[in-house]
Amino acid sequence: MITLSQILAWISQLDAVYTENKAYLTELDSAIGDADHGINMARGFSAARKALEESPPADIGAALKAVSMTLIKTVGGASGPLYGTVFLKASVTCMGQETIDEEGLERLFSEGFRGVQQRGKAQVGDKTMIDAWDPAVTALKEARSSGGGVAAMLQAAAAAAEAGRDATVPLVARKGRASYLGERSKGHQDPGATSTALLFAAARDTLS
Amino acid sequence: MKKLINSPDDVVQESLRGMEAAHADILKVNYDPAYIVRADAPVKNKVGVISGGGSGHEPMHGGFVGRGMLDAACPGAVFTSPTPDQMEEATKAVSSGQGVLHIVKNYTGDVLNFETAADLCQAEGIEVEAVVVDDDVAVKDSLYTAGRRGVGTTVLMEKIVGAAAERGMSLKEVADLARKVNAQGRSMGMALTSCTVPSAGKPTFELGEGEIELGIGIHGEPGRERTALKTARELVDYMGEAIFSDLPYKSGDDVIVMVNGMGGTPLIELYLLYAELERVAKARGITIKRRLVGNYITSLEMQGFSITALKCDDQMVQLWDDPVHTAGLRWGV
Repeated sequence: MITLSQILAWISQLDAVYTENKAYLTELDSAIGDADHGINMARGFSAARKALEESPPADIGAALKAVSMTLIKTVGGASGPLYGTVFLKASVTCMGQETIDEEGLERLFSEGFRGVQQRGKAQVGDKTMIDAWDPAVTALKEARSSGGGVAAMLQAAAAAAEAGRDATVPLVARKGRASYLGERSKGHQDPGATSTALLFAAARDTLS
Repeated sequence: MKKLINSPDDVVQESLRGMEAAHADILKVNYDPAYIVRADAPVKNKVGVISGGGSGHEPMHGGFVGRGMLDAACPGAVFTSPTPDQMEEATKAVSSGQGVLHIVKNYTGDVLNFETAADLCQAEGIEVEAVVVDDDVAVKDSLYTAGRRGVGTTVLMEKIVGAAAERGMSLKEVADLARKVNAQGRSMGMALTSCTVPSAGKPTFELGEGEIELGIGIHGEPGRERTALKTARELVDYMGEAIFSDLPYKSGDDVIVMVNGMGGTPLIELYLLYAELERVAKARGITIKRRLVGNYITSLEMQGFSITALKCDDQMVQLWDDPVHTAGLRWGV
């Protein structure tokens, strides 16, 4: 069972993780993008943590919705609406709930993933955050259907997201600003897949 | 960096203050979230037309807010997409119940932020249609890139579509017209020098003495090739060929064209370039029905220019001639 206070801990952890990795993500982005991903993610999740502290949410859905609205307003670029959509779609699955079980966890992440997929229209292999999202959500579902609990599901998802992130290195970008580089985007790890892997690692560390 | 500013962080906000003070008869500015809106908004029984994008391209978009053109514009940070809360509030401010059109330039950030805003507006019961401008022939359009960038056709679209909304056309008619303008508009730019984003403090790219960038984007993105400086005649031949062969245009076609300065190009050069464009069009049997020559979609202080050509019909020309009263374009009033 995942509680509201664990969800709040996850968001605080994301603030810490993106702040810690601000320079790293921005460096990845400067190679194939516009050199602002780390700055934007750190700004967005700091604002999200502050928003939750200033007006404590009543339930998990309300918490995720507040995170979504804050990200949409503060992150900017392409990542703002993409991560904002993840949290918005995820919030709809657990409105009014103070706890969620394995089934709820699966719905939260699969709906969030479906939202980002629809918004960004990227496929696996396009060298985007989808390359981390898709295997992570698949692994999460598989872990549950083979009888795993919350910890096993998040463990599997985080590992799959990291593998997906690493797999972006040799790819040629087909979406976003990096796509204009064509072949020159090869050899660089995708910053969006990297921030997604961090999101799942933080979930494993706080929600299990 | 030498700029006429107080502090890099305050450029957009302080510029908005000046704009509001200079054009109080035409527009108002909301600061949080930031948007520029027609002084008389919302206009009754009229489809709202809004646009937005990074700042640094003035007069686009804020300079095109006013009667006969945009109802509102959302300025982002310099060269950075605005956020959905700005677009949502601007949409509400111009909505009179007839629906609102969003004119979006094709950059991943702009498109995603406007899509998110459209979802938020629709959840509030405001009907929104979005049209994406992707007219830059310098960039390859393929399934494997984010597609062509949105540049000069945006200005022509805002004029024509703004007039259509002013005449009382429906949201669907206005959106269809906008899509037609995009389908028939093509642009290409070039740069003699880079520009400097205030918060970056140094030039976006370096060009050697005697070097130019052909196919430059409006944020200083690289284009087709870096090459040696050419004469105005050679440049317009090259860019005219790239544009006119792309649609393709044919002998007998009518066009509305724009010879646009990137911000640091003197008018004496822009008029010289326009004369070359008349020559190129004439040689192809293409008639220039209307034209703009000046700085309309800029890249801060970049030296360079772009050409936009829009294949037009009688309806587009009539809408072009309709009155417009904005900071950046004004006739018939």
